[in-house]
Amino acid sequence: MEKEVLITALKKIVKPYIQDEEAFENLSENTDFIKDLKINSANLVDVILDVEDEFDIIVDNESMEKMLTVKAALEIIETKLSEK
Amino acid sequence: MKKRIVITGLGVVAPNGVGISDFTEAIKSGKSGIRFFQELQDLNFSCCIGGIPVISEELKSRYFTPLQLRNFNSSGILYGCIAGMDAWKDAGFAIDADSELDFDSGTIFGTGTSGVDKFREAIYQLDAKNVKRLGSTVVVQTMASGISAYLGGILGLGNQVTTNSSACTTGTEAILMGYDRIKAGNAKRMLVGSCSDGGPYIWGGFDAMRVMTYKHNDSPEKGSRPMSATASGFVPGSGSGALVLESLESAEERGATIYAEILGGAVNSGGQRNGGTLTAPNPVAVQHCITSAIKNAGIKAEDIDAINGHLTATSKDSLEIENWAAALGRKGKDFPYVNSLKSMVGHCLAAAGSIESVAAVLQLKEGFLFPNTNCEDVDPTILVIIDEEKIPNQLLNIELNIIAKASFGFGDVNGCVIFKKYNNN
Repeated sequence: MEKEVLITALKKIVKPYIQDEEAFENLSENTDFIKDLKINSANLVDVILDVEDEFDIIVDNESMEKMLTVKAALEIIETKLSEK
Repeated sequence: MKKRIVITGLGVVAPNGVGISDFTEAIKSGKSGIRFFQELQDLNFSCCIGGIPVISEELKSRYFTPLQLRNFNSSGILYGCIAGMDAWKDAGFAIDADSELDFDSGTIFGTGTSGVDKFREAIYQLDAKNVKRLGSTVVVQTMASGISAYLGGILGLGNQVTTNSSACTTGTEAILMGYDRIKAGNAKRMLVGSCSDGGPYIWGGFDAMRVMTYKHNDSPEKGSRPMSATASGFVPGSGSGALVLESLESAEERGATIYAEILGGAVNSGGQRNGGTLTAPNPVAVQHCITSAIKNAGIKAEDIDAINGHLTATSKDSLEIENWAAALGRKGKDFPYVNSLKSMVGHCLAAAGSIESVAAVLQLKEGFLFPNTNCEDVDPTILVIIDEEKIPNQLLNIELNIIAKASFGFGDVNGCVIFKKYNNN
């Protein structure tokens, strides 16, 4: 899947949880979910569940711990998709 | 000088009216909030009627953000937040996510069980070995203190934020706990109240105990019949009532509208002795609770103008009247007026005490006595104790000075609070 397509899909997933509109508008690979988008840390697990549903993948515990930025999320999604 | 505690804000989510203005209108006109639910019949309930507040999606969106509503499935927290936020605004406070933390304001907001529908969802996921799929929303919606946690955050409360639980006494107890906290000088303002989920998963156990009526599935609005000769069990309800309690000093400083004053009250337990059990009240303790409340309030039994009873529409109603008569030493035409809101909204369980207290306070403020509906055939064993004119079945426009409100709950626990019309001398 194209990176741009992945980012668009991810943007749609995180939208309900973000609390910083400006950071969301300027979302890039370097965006941090908590520091930039101000997502409540408890909601990170909900983002991951939504990612699992959207891409039909399973995100294991170790990957979950790493999934704190857009970049890390993209890498994990790509890896899991390629393993399918 | 004795510290005085007043009520400066009200909020309510009841089966027959959401919001103070609709609710006031409803209780004055005797409007029933009891409906037939096909879901209950499909689940083989004996009692297929109940009271569930009507909350539109549009109304929800005025109180909650889309994020808060995501995977939200706790009706008690929904009702409690709406009632609590309404009471807070009614008391003259703004609701602002960036407000300064207020160490002088707290909440004691009770419930019986929290988020039973959410809990059911979670159990299905768990049993399917999908624990991870619970996400972040199960704990906060199913913990007993979920409601106080939600309100504490929405309002930015910095004093005590907690949830009490004492079955059907919960709401009345919350009021007295908040009152005590302000009285002791530990807070200036306390948002107090209670909420209860509605629906089959909260009501099922009562249906199994055969304490709910199965005789009115075809006539829901006639089903809840407190003090009636044809009372045949309670009708389950749900919702929330909320009150802002405040020291008179703080209320005057802010120039707040004062609904009524709380003179005092009492809570106790019958210890499941003298005929009291897990599910039945010990009459000695009920009477002791009422007399203690009167003493604590510094009034005399004859000062009470009206009683807002617990009166659920089971066979225990005449025992309750007997207890009031004995505790007050008043009977016949000398007995105070008595009414039961349950005839219109059913038994709202953990929310009963707070919703009914809101009704009692409105009666003092606006000078009326709401009608007892479904009570055209008063139980003759009650008429042996008190005169029929004390159980009005029409709206009475009447100035009331003091109302005693009591609630009794499983576990043999009792609460009685004394409300007084406010005057500034």
